[in-house]
Amino acid sequence: MTMRFRYSLPFYIVAWSALLFLMAPIFVVVPVSLTPTSFLSFPTEGLSLRHYQQLFQDPAWYRSMGQSVIIGLCSTVLATAVGTAAAIGALRLGGTLAMTTRVLALLPLIVPPVVSALALYRSWVLLGLFDSWAGTILAHAILGVPYVFITVSAALSRLDPSIAMAARNLGAGWARTQLQIVLPNIRSGVFAGAVFAFITSWDELVVTLFITSRGIFTLPRRMWDGIRENISPTIAAVATILILFSILLLLAMRLIRGRDA
Amino acid sequence: MNDQPRLMALVAPMFVLLGLVYLVPLFGVLLISVTEPQLGLGNYAQVLQSSAVAKVALTTLRICGITTILSVVIGYILAYVYIAASPGMRRMMMLFILVPLWTSVLIRTFAWLMILGDNGPVNGVMQSMGFERLAMMHNELGVVIGMTHYLVPYAMLTILAGMAGIDERLIMASRGLGAGPVLTFLKVYFPLTLPGVFAGTVLVLVLALGFYVTPIILGGGRVVMIGEYISTQILLISRWGVGSVLATLLMLLVLLTIALAARAVDLRRIFTV
Repeated sequence: MTMRFRYSLPFYIVAWSALLFLMAPIFVVVPVSLTPTSFLSFPTEGLSLRHYQQLFQDPAWYRSMGQSVIIGLCSTVLATAVGTAAAIGALRLGGTLAMTTRVLALLPLIVPPVVSALALYRSWVLLGLFDSWAGTILAHAILGVPYVFITVSAALSRLDPSIAMAARNLGAGWARTQLQIVLPNIRSGVFAGAVFAFITSWDELVVTLFITSRGIFTLPRRMWDGIRENISPTIAAVATILILFSILLLLAMRLIRGRDA
Repeated sequence: MNDQPRLMALVAPMFVLLGLVYLVPLFGVLLISVTEPQLGLGNYAQVLQSSAVAKVALTTLRICGITTILSVVIGYILAYVYIAASPGMRRMMMLFILVPLWTSVLIRTFAWLMILGDNGPVNGVMQSMGFERLAMMHNELGVVIGMTHYLVPYAMLTILAGMAGIDERLIMASRGLGAGPVLTFLKVYFPLTLPGVFAGTVLVLVLALGFYVTPIILGGGRVVMIGEYISTQILLISRWGVGSVLATLLMLLVLLTIALAARAVDLRRIFTV
């Protein structure tokens, strides 16, 4: 390495302190979820799975998890379809229309969540979508579109445009070219976008707090209520399960990306 | 061969979803701010004269400023060390950055609640070393810690994207021509990383302005940032006029930040983390 000057000890100490700071929540949540006591503490006298057991016996958590999975999957399908189509279209569209498409596609990412929440709350009440499955799925799909648009656009920019042209010249129709030539070549981008869209829905809280009431009670909402009302190790158990879930998704994405590269 | 209509058909669903179903309600917020309870700029005048709003705005700007600086500095050091690290070390570092990034803000805030609490591990260590207990929760310190924790990975990845594009031969040339490591860093390396730093700062600042969960839980009602204030106006006391004015102003602040940034840096860099 020519850059030996960077291997200075102070830098390493600061960097590793920062990395430990970043991991601190995970290093705390996992042990606390295994505590045998009924209050928040580190397990000093043995480990116990009682909080996980409690979690799986509580129908309220079940119901929330089921709702979150259904809303997550439906909004992911919608966001992925809409975002992918828009990214493919925007790539070849010229001029202001392409620019408008890009700005619009990124908008939900730029707008502060509380502002989105306010806007959707008002409209959902007017449209009768308040506290409904359709309303929540629609809102989560809107928030997921930017991630799909970004990842698919990135995959498209790596794709040689002459491949699609070759397909057209060889007689494939436009629709067939998009479906059988372009789409398979950008599938890792589509998949990454779908994972991001799912995580967005799965973790979404602010907008959901505004647009739902008692009927739709997603997992983050139940955690939010739990944290604000009665902090118990059960929350740490849910948190641990969710962290594991995120790591699995992250690994799956890496694997698929690695296989394509 | 004219593909234009087909391409328009591809982007049409997004125009319906994000234009009609999302952008129109956003403009609705703007509309409410000048029509409810009556037409005019009365709400704006009321908000600008309110001392409660001034306090919230000041708190928000102060916390966002401090967190942005902290996140960018920590992110810079991490990116700097990452670039020079061995492949194995890099994988390890990336794991330590991506796992928190993928953990929901709610879980992280909950964890900080335990870590920073009066009976938490940090205070436990401090007490066993003979120090006083330090209040790190329900005050600005807690909020800053929680928000910085959330924002460091974004800062690091954006700055890293800029650093990765720097030609290492420039550093070697500077060293070869006799400049010391400090001078090389200040005069050659640091200026080259500035666009990435700038992009990271804008991204982090925009995210910080919209924070909601962390200030509410770690601030415990004593540190009220704009997000919580807006939601109180709407959900608890149904003052749509004031709530929508603040939402509009917050939105304008974010757009202004991005517009200023767009003049200095390629916007796509910010959003292709």
